[in-house]
Amino acid sequence: MHGLQYIVAAGFFQSPEVQVALMVGSAVAVTSAVVGTFVVIRGQSFLGHALGDVGSTGAAGAALIGIQAIWGFLSGGLVAGVAVDVLSRRPRERDVATGVVLSSMLGLSALFIYLITQLSSSTGVTQEILFGSIFTVAPRLVWPLSVLSVLALMLIGFLYRPLLLSSVSEDAALSRGVPVRLVSLLFLLAMITAVEQSALVVGALLSTALLIGPAATAIRFTRQLGYTLLLATVFALADTWVGILLAYNSFTWPPAGRGWPVSFFIVAIMVFLYLVSQIIPRAPSRRADKGGDSQ
Amino acid sequence: MMQIWHQVFQPGLFTYPFLIHAWVSASAIAIISAVIGFFVNLRGESFVAHALPRGAFAGAAAAFLVGASSLLGLSVFAVAMALGMGTMRRQGEKGVSTALILVMALALGDLFLTVGNAYAPEVFALLFGQLLGVSASEMIAITILSAVLLLVVGAVFRPLLLSSTVPEFAAARGVPLTVMNITFTVLVALAASLTVPVVGALLAFSLMIGPAAAGWYLAKSPGRAMAYAVVVALSSVWVSIVIGYDTSLPVGFLVATFCLIAYGGARWIHFSRSRRAPAPSPRPQT
Amino acid sequence: MAVEPAITMDQVDVVLSGHTILRGLDFSIARGAFVGVIGPNGAGKTTLIRLILGLIHPSTGTIRVLGMPVGKGRRRIGYVPQSFAADPDLPLRAKDLVGLGLDGERWGFALPSRSRQQRIQEMLDRVGASAYANEPVGTLSGGERQRLLIAQALLTNPDILLLDEPLSNLDIRSGHEIIELVDEIARERQVTVLFVAHDMNPLLTVMNEVLYLAQGRAVVGSVDDVVQPEVLSRLYGQPVDVLRVRGRILVIASDSVVPLTHFEGVAHGQPSSPHL
Repeated sequence: MHGLQYIVAAGFFQSPEVQVALMVGSAVAVTSAVVGTFVVIRGQSFLGHALGDVGSTGAAGAALIGIQAIWGFLSGGLVAGVAVDVLSRRPRERDVATGVVLSSMLGLSALFIYLITQLSSSTGVTQEILFGSIFTVAPRLVWPLSVLSVLALMLIGFLYRPLLLSSVSEDAALSRGVPVRLVSLLFLLAMITAVEQSALVVGALLSTALLIGPAATAIRFTRQLGYTLLLATVFALADTWVGILLAYNSFTWPPAGRGWPVSFFIVAIMVFLYLVSQIIPRAPSRRADKGGDSQ
Repeated sequence: MMQIWHQVFQPGLFTYPFLIHAWVSASAIAIISAVIGFFVNLRGESFVAHALPRGAFAGAAAAFLVGASSLLGLSVFAVAMALGMGTMRRQGEKGVSTALILVMALALGDLFLTVGNAYAPEVFALLFGQLLGVSASEMIAITILSAVLLLVVGAVFRPLLLSSTVPEFAAARGVPLTVMNITFTVLVALAASLTVPVVGALLAFSLMIGPAAAGWYLAKSPGRAMAYAVVVALSSVWVSIVIGYDTSLPVGFLVATFCLIAYGGARWIHFSRSRRAPAPSPRPQT
Repeated sequence: MAVEPAITMDQVDVVLSGHTILRGLDFSIARGAFVGVIGPNGAGKTTLIRLILGLIHPSTGTIRVLGMPVGKGRRRIGYVPQSFAADPDLPLRAKDLVGLGLDGERWGFALPSRSRQQRIQEMLDRVGASAYANEPVGTLSGGERQRLLIAQALLTNPDILLLDEPLSNLDIRSGHEIIELVDEIARERQVTVLFVAHDMNPLLTVMNEVLYLAQGRAVVGSVDDVVQPEVLSRLYGQPVDVLRVRGRILVIASDSVVPLTHFEGVAHGQPSSPHL
């Protein structure tokens, strides 16, 4: 018991902020891990990242008119997701369209934040939107966030097979009559939900970490999709919990007892796990020649 | 007439030293961003172009923490990231390693800023740029480094173009593809670290993507695509400086907006052109 | 005239990440020959091309190209890849792409000069591509792209021309046009041609030697000598029949048909591998 004190600083489980953070963090971790697995399979890391970024525009807008950041994040993601989808018809074009939409939304974000700093002298809003602070999530957001998580997971469950088929081979999916475009649009919705939620927790700039990291790490260990999803969820949960714990402990750390950012711990642990997974040799692969869009 | 002139071009716009610094350094980075942006588009590497300025942000934050020159911090971090991406990149998962290197750098930046107890305006300046705060020595450094980068792009122009369009043929002629990959990423990194102090980490990317994408739709040959991109980039930053000075709106916002307008316009011109003369549909390439 | 053979292989094995891709290659190809490199998918045709280009190295054995070790004199080997990917709005004209064949691997910009323009224009004329010299490459058809790639490879006046499955993205008529073009150019410039294909029939009238690859092994010789049941059975390691029907050749392995001919009217399909 005495040793535990060094691992878990006093008052960890009693603190209401920590309780909220653990609940919200867990919901977000599960959604991000599951959705992220498909994002990695579909090679949409850039879009996933961009959605997190543009969410910050919405969040800045929300801060400007004084509503909860999460609704700003979600609407920002929705606008950008639709814009990218409309503008891109070819792979390379998708890349550039994502870039252009992203940069213009960030420009807007700059304007909003500028206006915020002009209207109120509230400092710190920039860093909070961009890097998140899970300890300041309002307790009454636990419910809506959990509901959003469940909705996103249900959507993935509903799309599971056609989504997997159209991710692996679009032609095969089309030949089976899968409405590929509809499936990818619905998946985009799930992606926006997952990304914007984690944007709230780890911040807009870092939401990619929870989305891509656990999935990319899990894929290295297993080749079966079910296990990948499970493993990614485990990694994401463990990462979030340890991150919250370390951040809580870090209030007593140097240099100033200000506490190190939660997002930093979550990202650092994730990247560390990913690097370790890259070093560990894979089980000997029997590469089945699937053909299709394996480029 | 004269009154409108004075309304738009307010006194001091071309005479105050800090504005002269802004004009010169913004023009330098507009040119280098547009030229390198062409290759970013050609290779479909927007994500890398987006990630490097962001990662460079961490460098600036680190420099802020230890009190070193921010340009140095930016370049060291950006180049380190570029090398990391070049070596970690595997086929089929390049987005993943780019994404993770990016978030790691950002998280470090966040840590440095928190630990270093930076005030919001400093964070804001790093993220969104401070065009009107460029010092004389920074201006000189930015201009010289831009010129050097342009020379390097000129030197690797042909092999980079060849390896980006017909990689098999380039390899057959002895162009080392991995070296070309790393050269490209490092070029983006260095251009990014010049751009970040001026338009900010978040929007350095607009200058690289927007004008180049606009030039892409307007031109048929690489040289002209670059020329158009340079024109678009220069006019975007110039107009942004004038409006930014008049209205004190953030320059990053203005630059991003004008780049978006130019992209939209170019795309519209391109499609109305091609609708008039329908091109034969290309056969699918594998 | 031919002092040194164009290509000489001496007991060459290629092992890539533990797998033996090519074994016991031992042949030479005379200058000026038109060689069809034929074999089922996975037989090692592309590996052979990469070997000659010096992009991979043999595990054992030696290769000499034009009397030199591989990797030297790259500009004397013209390489025509299968195709290239390009969006319709890629700002690169046909003549820009061909121009890269002249000096694309060199540092710096190409200074525009009259003689440079002229060489590129002559080559575009030669391959019949001048009509679309100023069009963006992404808007061109597969056959048109193939002509550009051939022009690109020929700009350095190579002694050897390597074509890696140039027919695989083409319809039958454009395929024949490409074969005729390569044949004409090879004769007038006395270029040695290695033409990779998985169907030998379109090449029967132009090639004077066949390099038949299967199971990582190769036989080289005239079509009449090589495409024989005994020779191919030994190469495949299983009984193989050869049918000659109206001037066309059909190779049949014991467990599956290897349609080395595509009958007129039959869809262009991938021949199945005779042995898995």
